[in-house]
Amino acid sequence: MWEYTDKVLDHFRNPRNVGTIKDPDGAGEVGSMACGDALKLGFKLDKKGRIADVKFQTFGCASAIASSSALTEMIKGLTLEEAEKVTNQDIANFLGGLPEQKMHCSVMGREALEVAIANYRTGKTSKKILEGRVVCHCFGVTEDEIVRVVRDNRLTTVEQVTNYCKAGGGCGKCRGEIEAIIARIRGEEPVAPVAPRPAPPLTTLQKIRLIEETMEKEIRPALKKDGGDIELMDVVDNRVVVALRGMCANCQVARFTLKDVVEAKLREFVAPDLVVEEVHP
Amino acid sequence: MRTVYLDNNATTQPAPEVIEAMMPFFTELWGNPSSMHVFGGQVRRHVELARAQVAALIGADPSEILFTSCGTESDNMAIRGAVEAANTPINVITSRVEHPAVLEPCRMLKEHGVPVVELEVDGKGQIRLDDLQLTLSRGRALVSLMWANNETGVIFPIAEAAELVKASGSIMHTDAVQAAGKLPIDVQRVPVDMLSLSGHKLHAPKGIGVLFIRRGTRIHPLLLGGHQEGGKRGGTENVPYIVGLGRACELAARALGDESTRVAALRDRLQAGIMAACPDVRVNGDEAHRLPNTLNISFQYIEGESILYHLSDCGIAASSGSACTSGSLEPSHVIRAMGVPFMAAHGSIRFSLSRYNTAADIEYVLESLPNIIKKLRAISPFAAP
Repeated sequence: MWEYTDKVLDHFRNPRNVGTIKDPDGAGEVGSMACGDALKLGFKLDKKGRIADVKFQTFGCASAIASSSALTEMIKGLTLEEAEKVTNQDIANFLGGLPEQKMHCSVMGREALEVAIANYRTGKTSKKILEGRVVCHCFGVTEDEIVRVVRDNRLTTVEQVTNYCKAGGGCGKCRGEIEAIIARIRGEEPVAPVAPRPAPPLTTLQKIRLIEETMEKEIRPALKKDGGDIELMDVVDNRVVVALRGMCANCQVARFTLKDVVEAKLREFVAPDLVVEEVHP
Repeated sequence: MRTVYLDNNATTQPAPEVIEAMMPFFTELWGNPSSMHVFGGQVRRHVELARAQVAALIGADPSEILFTSCGTESDNMAIRGAVEAANTPINVITSRVEHPAVLEPCRMLKEHGVPVVELEVDGKGQIRLDDLQLTLSRGRALVSLMWANNETGVIFPIAEAAELVKASGSIMHTDAVQAAGKLPIDVQRVPVDMLSLSGHKLHAPKGIGVLFIRRGTRIHPLLLGGHQEGGKRGGTENVPYIVGLGRACELAARALGDESTRVAALRDRLQAGIMAACPDVRVNGDEAHRLPNTLNISFQYIEGESILYHLSDCGIAASSGSACTSGSLEPSHVIRAMGVPFMAAHGSIRFSLSRYNTAADIEYVLESLPNIIKKLRAISPFAAP
């Protein structure tokens, strides 16, 4: 069984604000049967623009029901400007925490609220529409959504992203791409200054050693998680020739991985002018 | 609170007789069965008695019984050991609905270049023997098909499949972990070369399994490092558990007749009661070829984990094929392979009975369950108003 807090179990057993609102001011629907959870939310505002009533219906597991119930309790009496500041982490905190693998339940709550607020403001559809590029085709998760959960929750691994928004939890083909998104966002964050590189240019032998060391420490562990591997074939001036192995060898996103992960890491740790090339032995 | 355990395909309550039989082997009879002195010798006799008890349950010769640590080890050894021992190229044939203990070794072999075919199943969870026949025509193969499915209880036509496999000169393994103790098994009549079973599915404790290896079957060991089990599995014998399993097999053989009929009647009562009380349900799996103890049923519009938690609040233990309970994000591979729509897959519940269940247990479930279903459907956005 999952380690649910008493508060999660209470909101699961006795969900608050279940039902539908007739002629809601704002309504939002997210999730789907296929994904295994779905949430329908509607609210009515009072004259001062505060949420006077909110009701929900949920198809999903105990924590999905509890997260929906918690959200409705949290936003009652708030203005929409206040309500839209509620993050998925707030929902999880309200419940005393959720198991890591269940964080996507809290994200579903936050998304439904956003769709409902947008529905009120624009009068457009109450259904969630996928905007932007879809990264995870199994669960229909866009790049924007992944960026959002990574930023909001300061996520650092693909596994966490899967726990928070399901992306990467199906066939797994998009995991390399998610890794690259994480790497990009982490790259934007201020990083501790790196120790200055040795001033004289590296000898070829030093360079190869450093490349090997970087691959071993920084690159291989990430690839191995996806069942892949990388081998250094040759180093000619600033060209680093590698071969991808295992799962990476026939992965569609491998070229992506090569540029955005391998090359980026080697440039960061070895020399800024390196170019990575792949051979198919 | 009353408790009702209906998750016997996950694990079973160890029989008191089994525990009783095991106890002396933790205290006074602790010798190593391989030793050449009386400490070992008296223990050896009990190991061999247990081997004969297991053999009797499935119609094997005691020399064909190999003790392992669990059903998963038995499946791994059968598949990897037989492929490794083949001196000519060999294909692997299995089905989409096998237990991961079979599917994952097969997929690993595939990554190593062994051609692997996973046979499809129809809407009832059945394979087609024609598909097997066709696949066998592509060359010599190791075939691994389960006797009965853990999630749906669907029974494969293993006797007919084994005849086809043997006629084509291939090797046949069956994962009988769920079938053993629930169905009569006779390897004299069903020509399988290897058969896996697991102790804790038939009222022995966890940590003991068996691989039946028909005499003459070529197989490499998985565990090297000892002469035990005829050199096929290194490692000092897990004597207390071996003795317990022997006793459990003896008890299981006795329960196969009338007890099995009684359990089937309870299961049928459960199924009929649920269908009478709850609209929009569907039974998953071939009802004409199903284990007597298993009912897999889908409740439309609601999700399995939330049903299980409410059942657990009532003291009732069952399991689900929903994504949330599988520890992954996708529902059961067995239910999906049968083409069950997503919603029904997420709302599938497995009730699995044992000889320890009573009619009162079933009536208690039938009192509790319909209210749970109603309550969750009242929350669901998909339920008909």
